[in-house]
Amino acid sequence: MTSASRNFDVLIVGAGPAGMAAACCASENGLRVAIVDNNPQPGGQIWRGASQSSAVPEAAPWYKKLAASRAQVLSGTEAYDHPAPGKLLASSPGGVCEISYAKLILCTGARERFLPFPGWTLPNVIGAGGLQALVKSGFSIAGKKIVVAGSGPLLLAVAAYLREHGGDVRLIAEQSSWPRLIRFGLALAFQKEKLAQSFALKCQLAGIPYKAGCWPVAAEGNGRVESVTLRSGNKTWKEACDYLACGFFLVPNVELPLLLGCELRAGFVRVDDFQQTTIPEVYCAGEPTGIGGLDLSLVEGQIAGHAAAGNREAARKLFRERDRSRKFAAALGRAFSLRDELHSLPADATFICRCEDVTLARLRNHSCWRAAKLQTRCGMGSCQGRICGPAVEFLLGWKPESVRPPIYPVSVSSLAKNISIESQSSLQEELR
Amino acid sequence: MPDAISVTVNGTAVRVPLNSTALVAILMSRASSPARFVRRSLSGEPRGPLCAMGICFECRATINNQRHSRTCLILCAPGMDIRTDD
Repeated sequence: MTSASRNFDVLIVGAGPAGMAAACCASENGLRVAIVDNNPQPGGQIWRGASQSSAVPEAAPWYKKLAASRAQVLSGTEAYDHPAPGKLLASSPGGVCEISYAKLILCTGARERFLPFPGWTLPNVIGAGGLQALVKSGFSIAGKKIVVAGSGPLLLAVAAYLREHGGDVRLIAEQSSWPRLIRFGLALAFQKEKLAQSFALKCQLAGIPYKAGCWPVAAEGNGRVESVTLRSGNKTWKEACDYLACGFFLVPNVELPLLLGCELRAGFVRVDDFQQTTIPEVYCAGEPTGIGGLDLSLVEGQIAGHAAAGNREAARKLFRERDRSRKFAAALGRAFSLRDELHSLPADATFICRCEDVTLARLRNHSCWRAAKLQTRCGMGSCQGRICGPAVEFLLGWKPESVRPPIYPVSVSSLAKNISIESQSSLQEELR
Repeated sequence: MPDAISVTVNGTAVRVPLNSTALVAILMSRASSPARFVRRSLSGEPRGPLCAMGICFECRATINNQRHSRTCLILCAPGMDIRTDD
């Protein structure tokens, strides 16, 4: 980034499908639009690397539209503070910059939920989406034995992808039970296109055992994972592996919405029909409003883009499509809700907070987040509780506390570069 | 390796495919070691990447003298100097 201060009619945070769709629709209306995103390229996690390949057919029209639009994509740029209404501070390879906006659309996506179990901190125990992201980023898993475990439709997509790239996928362990999954399957059947997708996936998966009602209870190995202990019903056994790709469905990235003061409902950003949050001129689309996958993200992004640009008519035309996708999202949530047995996954000595190496036993001495943070530094390391927070909420029932800036660590050297005059005072405030 | 570029990890040259992240270069530099770790935790455990998408910070290392860089978010560039903290 060359200039330290910028000004846009519509600013979008996150260049995944929701953000790309929002940018395309907002710029159709002739406004100055930009997307900031902390990845090297647009596409989010689901379309990571798709801009260079034609392997993801549903992504291609959106990349084309985005390129044809006047929207600017500021990649490698991460919003970390909201110093005043209509302004965000972001860090980029060139330093920090202040970005001003009239309307803001938050498309911050979701991350995997990680549940701690003995051995989960061993190298090569990695998120399911994490291992896929790594392979998309150039890493080879050819010939490696992989167990895919946890929960959610992502496990199937990841297993298929890893096998396509030469991985020896031994097993998919889904914690949810067959009865729940069948109910989810029925919901899928009401949507032809989705059914076709899941059928195609099943064909690809022929040969990979898919076990429902099965979950990891421990990972073992010397310096890296060598095997995983799985449980299904009363049966417990070891499966040898070079990688354990493990994630328990998704949790929304709501740190920036919270910093802006947006209200949440049941953990998700509350929005109205036009995707506007409880903060005027701030919109939200995609996974932060409810985990719903690609189609819902795209339609919510389009609605938010049109609405932010003042074109309510165009937004309204997409409401029915959104309603259909929301039904699918609700079925997803029910199908992959976490089973009670997972509460006893970690042992007393298992690290819950990987940043500060805080064990479950140490957390149990406290009654709430605040006390635990003060006494153990749980959730106060580099990731600021993004990994341990959802785990602690599931294991101990502690709700996340309010968010404080900067929501990502910012280095002092980048603070020193390219600071615009009007943002200097707030940065000095922050450094104090 | 077609379209490979060369970076250094802890002073040793590593060739990676074009559009690889710095994280991939670190893991490839450890190809001969069974443990493909990136850093040591507060208590000294070896750690590898967990999320690989900029959330967990387990992949942080020093890139071109910039400490605590999340290597999963940064593409390799020719001659990039990557240093792990272990």
